[in-house]
Amino acid sequence: MNELSLHILDISYNSISAGASRIEIRVTETKADDLLVVEILDNGSGMSPDFLEKAADPFTTTRKTRRVGLGLPFFKMAAEQAGGKFKIESSPGKGTTVSASFGLSHIDRMPLGNMPDTVATLIMAKPEIEFIYERTVDGARFKLDTAEAKKMIGDIPINSPEVLEMLREIIFQNEKELCGGA
Amino acid sequence: MKSLAELAALREKMKEQMNLRNDTEGKIRVVVGMATCGIAAGARPVLQSFAEQVQLRKLSNVSVSQTGCIGICRLEPIVEVFVPGKDKVTYVKMSPDKVSRIIAEHLVNGQVVAEYTIGAAQ
Repeated sequence: MNELSLHILDISYNSISAGASRIEIRVTETKADDLLVVEILDNGSGMSPDFLEKAADPFTTTRKTRRVGLGLPFFKMAAEQAGGKFKIESSPGKGTTVSASFGLSHIDRMPLGNMPDTVATLIMAKPEIEFIYERTVDGARFKLDTAEAKKMIGDIPINSPEVLEMLREIIFQNEKELCGGA
Repeated sequence: MKSLAELAALREKMKEQMNLRNDTEGKIRVVVGMATCGIAAGARPVLQSFAEQVQLRKLSNVSVSQTGCIGICRLEPIVEVFVPGKDKVTYVKMSPDKVSRIIAEHLVNGQVVAEYTIGAAQ
């Protein structure tokens, strides 16, 4: 993957497969700490302690079509290559939180990339889920909650092309305001 | 600066033209593989391109959806097209620039774009 937004998309699908009804994506940048932290929190089925221990192993996967699962290992590698850390917390019946930190100015830290597309793609995948995207840059915060968006649009489906386009615009403009892109 | 408040205005505008038929019955289904392999290979722009062009051309008989691992990861991005009454067609090594041809020739005119299919790739 060449953008963090693609890793975020990938990991969020795990949350969807786990039956989550609420998926929260938090991206926090702090110049003073030279840190970029990505957290993906879900309220899905969670993992048993045994499975959790092997979750970041490429030969651990829940899918049947292949015997490798590279999503989590790739994300872990991306974090470690950029001088960061990787952690998964999970509790059966409660949910899972995947956290990856990156050296903000590290030469191998990939850009955050196209979050509007990632959020739109997730909404298209499962419009019933409440997706929350929160981006914080040195304390300045932007937050999008699809539950709030649904209140504004009433009975228009959130995955209508016009609504998705507007949500994309909202994310794009607000992110630009926070930090001029990247 | 756009905010959620603009959605309320959009709702007014769209109330008139609401097409409530959201199911996929009888529709041509375009299914894009979005597993890790697909995402890494560039499936997100392919999905978005299909969604955008179907919308632009007002193809109300086409639904675009996502799926997980299809099992032939080295050929990702993969797009499966299900036309009611016909066999499934599997397009492999997809990219956004191939999307308009598939829409025009296959989805609109019923002609499979053979050179993009899995048959041609093997």
